[in-house]
Amino acid sequence: MKKALLCTAVAAGLFAGPAMAERGTDGQLKILYWQAVSILNPFLSSGTKDIEAASAVIEPLAKYNEKGNMVAILVDEIPTVENGGVSEDLKSITWKLSDGLVWSDGTKVTSADVAFTAAYCMHPEGGCAQVSNFTDVESVEEIDESTVKVNFSVAKPFPYGPFVGTQSPILNKAQFADCMGAKAPECTDANFGPIGTGPFMVSEFKANDVVSYVANPNYRDPAKPAFASVILKGGGDAASAARSVLETGEFDYAWNLQVEPEILNQMASAGKGKVVSSYGTSVERLMVNLSNPDPALGDKRSTLEGGPHPFLSDIAVRKALSLAIDRQTLVDVGYGSAGQVTCNVLPAPEIYASTANDACKTQDMDAAKKLLDDAGWVPGGDGIRAKDGVRLSILYQTSTNSVRQATQAIIKQWWSELGIETELRNIDGGVFFGGDQSSPDTFQKFFADIEMYTNNFDGTDPEKYMANWLCSDIPSPADQWLGSNMPRYCNPEYDALVAKMGSTAKLEDRAALAKQMNDMLMQDVAIIPLIHRGGVSAHANSLEGVKMTDWDSELWNIADWKRAK
Amino acid sequence: MSDESMSNPALATEEMPERRSLWGDVWSQFRTHKGAMVGAVVFVLICLAVVVGPYIHTLDPQRLDILNKNLGPSWAHPMGTDNLGRDTFAQVMAGGRVSLLVGVVAMLLSLFVGTAIGVLAGFFKKLDGPLMRLTDLFLALPLLPLLLVIIMLFRDTLRSMFGPETGIFILIVFVIGITSWMQTARIVRGDVLTLKEQEFVVAARSIGTPSRRIISRHILPNVLSPIMVSATLGIANAIITESALSFLGLGFPSDFPTWGRLLYDGANFMQLTPSRVIWPGLAISLTVLGVNYMGDGLRDALDPRIRGR
Amino acid sequence: MFNYTIRRLLFAIPTLFVISFLIFAILDLAPNDPTGNLPLTIPPEVRENIRISLGLGEPFPIRYLKWCQQFFINEPLNLIEQWFDISIGDSENRLRVQSWATRSPVVDLIVERLPQTLWVLGLSYVIGILIAIPIGVISAYKQYSIFDQIGTFISMVGFSVPTFFTGLVCIVFFSSTLGWFPSIYDTTHEVTDLASFWFQVKQMIMPVMVLALFNASQLSRFMRASMLDNLSQDYVRTARAKGLKERSVLLIHVLRNSLIPVVTVIALGLPQIFAGAIITEQIFRVNGLGQLLIIGIQGADIPLVQTLTFIFAVLIVLFNLIADILYGMLDPRIRYE
Repeated sequence: MKKALLCTAVAAGLFAGPAMAERGTDGQLKILYWQAVSILNPFLSSGTKDIEAASAVIEPLAKYNEKGNMVAILVDEIPTVENGGVSEDLKSITWKLSDGLVWSDGTKVTSADVAFTAAYCMHPEGGCAQVSNFTDVESVEEIDESTVKVNFSVAKPFPYGPFVGTQSPILNKAQFADCMGAKAPECTDANFGPIGTGPFMVSEFKANDVVSYVANPNYRDPAKPAFASVILKGGGDAASAARSVLETGEFDYAWNLQVEPEILNQMASAGKGKVVSSYGTSVERLMVNLSNPDPALGDKRSTLEGGPHPFLSDIAVRKALSLAIDRQTLVDVGYGSAGQVTCNVLPAPEIYASTANDACKTQDMDAAKKLLDDAGWVPGGDGIRAKDGVRLSILYQTSTNSVRQATQAIIKQWWSELGIETELRNIDGGVFFGGDQSSPDTFQKFFADIEMYTNNFDGTDPEKYMANWLCSDIPSPADQWLGSNMPRYCNPEYDALVAKMGSTAKLEDRAALAKQMNDMLMQDVAIIPLIHRGGVSAHANSLEGVKMTDWDSELWNIADWKRAK
Repeated sequence: MSDESMSNPALATEEMPERRSLWGDVWSQFRTHKGAMVGAVVFVLICLAVVVGPYIHTLDPQRLDILNKNLGPSWAHPMGTDNLGRDTFAQVMAGGRVSLLVGVVAMLLSLFVGTAIGVLAGFFKKLDGPLMRLTDLFLALPLLPLLLVIIMLFRDTLRSMFGPETGIFILIVFVIGITSWMQTARIVRGDVLTLKEQEFVVAARSIGTPSRRIISRHILPNVLSPIMVSATLGIANAIITESALSFLGLGFPSDFPTWGRLLYDGANFMQLTPSRVIWPGLAISLTVLGVNYMGDGLRDALDPRIRGR
Repeated sequence: MFNYTIRRLLFAIPTLFVISFLIFAILDLAPNDPTGNLPLTIPPEVRENIRISLGLGEPFPIRYLKWCQQFFINEPLNLIEQWFDISIGDSENRLRVQSWATRSPVVDLIVERLPQTLWVLGLSYVIGILIAIPIGVISAYKQYSIFDQIGTFISMVGFSVPTFFTGLVCIVFFSSTLGWFPSIYDTTHEVTDLASFWFQVKQMIMPVMVLALFNASQLSRFMRASMLDNLSQDYVRTARAKGLKERSVLLIHVLRNSLIPVVTVIALGLPQIFAGAIITEQIFRVNGLGQLLIIGIQGADIPLVQTLTFIFAVLIVLFNLIADILYGMLDPRIRYE
């Protein structure tokens, strides 16, 4: 199988000659992902790195470009209500595949492949990681060989969940037909070398180490890709990944370099490569625990039943905490070009971004102190503010990451100027985000007063994201702590807005609703947004055509990458 | 088993009066050992620096000064500042207190456990099998998941019993001690196996000397040199392990400096502010060197064949 | 000695079962989770489904027994089938130990990585031993000479400065500044001719030397201490008095008797070759078993970590037995019966 692939590649290389002007003329492209790739089937992946590595091979019907706009990939145009692709009642969307599309093995891409992909991911025993893209999908119909219609059980104002974006690519039916449901993990060959429509195909894969690709001889654009082969190496850490591109020049591209800006700048000064960044929807935020995390409460700790937080339930305290933070300093110290100050939990796309909360962009210590004084929180003998015997003493937790620990230290200092005591705690990322029932340290259990992490949403539609803060989504022991409403924010008005957005179709109205929800969360200070984070990567000066995006895979346009001449 | 291991220190105190002159001899021998004295002086100086130093160089190690970040050495900041503007000199001194304490206590714990198990396993044939299989077990356990389990089970309990700092200290020392005694145990056992067949031990046994006395008088002094090497290596190991623990969230809070942590955090800044890594690295190395020479001296001083030569 | 070996080997079987159970229990208790690295955009219900599809829905004893069956019965059968090219029973549907992150058989992953690990770590260990023993012997024989002092200093620095740091220093100096050696190990590289062999040597130098320094520092200290102990023994004086050559006194009598602690340390260290040097492999990106293990632990890939750790445990038990047998050879007075 592997051999066959290689042979086709070699053959293609031989026949390419002068007729195919550019394909495979630029030699090898070397990419470094410091998290090693484990599997090349995004539906079974355990992290972003797997999805990105697969994106050079298998493609969705449409992707997001560097500006967050949808671009057609395997179709000629994106269906909308205007062009009749989306039905008037918003309950179905019809995609028409481009003519003449073939898989890398030369067989035809048909609607059966698309329908199969949906069935594969929606199989109840498959454990598909991307199944949320298929939410509310009732059926996927093959209208004819190149037309496929997705029917939803409810009206979908944003019907671009299935088959759009890197998380939802199309699989080859012939290859995966025997891999449905419980059989999915056993198809090692298919999972390690999916047949795709993308510019490259897998020639060798060493799990958790390195992927080798060669150019796809059947790629739809005969002039692309410019590179004949790609090596995607994994492992190590972000700083050394940056070094290998910027300082030693051994690699052409390195991904996700969250490293202190001065280190990146110093490496970039070697002149071998440059640092690029791109903004999506990621926001580094502080979640405020509105419930009481006191260990004495036992099972009721950090739940609604345990009662409100002894001091964070006072909005004056929450406002003061936010006012004391100078977000620009946090950007300068930890993020550099990969961060911007933000006052919203929903910072992008532009039509959704509110400007009502921009006051937070400037630090105001005096106002913060005054707020606390007025609310009756006055400094005690030890300099820590207290009221009725309740001291303002905060346990502030986050995952282990040098930039996060620096942010923690800085914020702790500002809060101590306010007269608030802070204890810092950092937890191994695998535990913090792991959601293990027995661990007290997960971000869902939130056995602390403040916690910090980044979240974002896939694609450009914030409906699902804004529904994170529903009353019904508050984590509790009853639902195995599975909720996503970490601040334990519960506001019937907010819930009503979420419901309203679900039935609103017009983009402008949806934007207004999303902004209103964002402002409600911000004015209630249930979440303290800190930084609008961008993805940051580095590429060699000799590499051209990189259009980095945070909305999709960073390799989304790898077909256009080429060597500078 | 616990009976035997407990009896050793008890025995030592019991025999103190008789040994007073011995310890006097040892001390005078130790003083003539040049390397040992230099080692001791270096070690004492480092201890003094971290204990007294912060009263002379009074900058708060946790105080941030963003405007003065990544500075080179100057009079105000003899070792420069880090990327948050914290004073490296103050951090090295504050970190030394923790690192030295953790290093020495954890090393002593692991040495005690390792020696006890090694001597018992080597000397008593019946105990050899079980104790060595226990050693195999500890060697085989995967360290990282084990640590995560320990954090989960004990952190909050200890925290509520002893307060955040003492609780974490006990936990760290316990964790390092319990995961690093195996090498000492295997080495000591190997030496004891040969020793107990040697003439002087056989002779002692044949005149009816009780086992505990054979161990304390004849076996222990003769396995001292590998124990001393283990002690030196153990301190370095404990200081480094401590910093690894804080990444798992088991160690001290992230703004609490220790030598291992300073070295790790500073590693990426090596080219920008080299003093961030040179000084903590040097501090660890000097401490280990000091302990090593003191160990050499002590071993020579305790060896009756060398003493008095 | 033969009876003793057989008895120890038999006793090793229950020991290893206990160890495998305890490892499994610890991995199960550990609070990290296989879905921990997924993007936060994936909702909790989906994560729960993934856990169930991985078999985490079943109770702990069943999962342990399943692993035992897969590892002790299915994997050996599979190996036999591959070696002799036969099929035994229902080989199509026999479940092998599957890694959760890669969804591929764990044993295949280990086999793929074994050569790199053996080469890099094995070589570093051999070099470490070759450096350490002469240094230890000379340092002890000429105690407190300049050679001894320098050796002591270097080995103390070598041991007290952790490998993550020495590795980084090497990369900055040799790769970034001088550009002599590659900082990233190319695991797809194949040695076909002299030039590619030279490249292989160049990319192995840094990881091998960093590890060798660390191993040698530790080993040479034990060697020196043990030699010192023996040099002052009566038999040395007797041997010299008999008029034996200094060289044979040193190398035949003293060295042989001093080797017991060194053998112990080496026997404890050799299984580490298979466990991999986690930090060094991470820094230089050598795709060894250590890197596999750390990725497995970070991703809570229980079948992978369990299998690797268990193989490691087998090696530890085995090498400690070998060490015990060697004690008997080095010092015939040691009797186990």
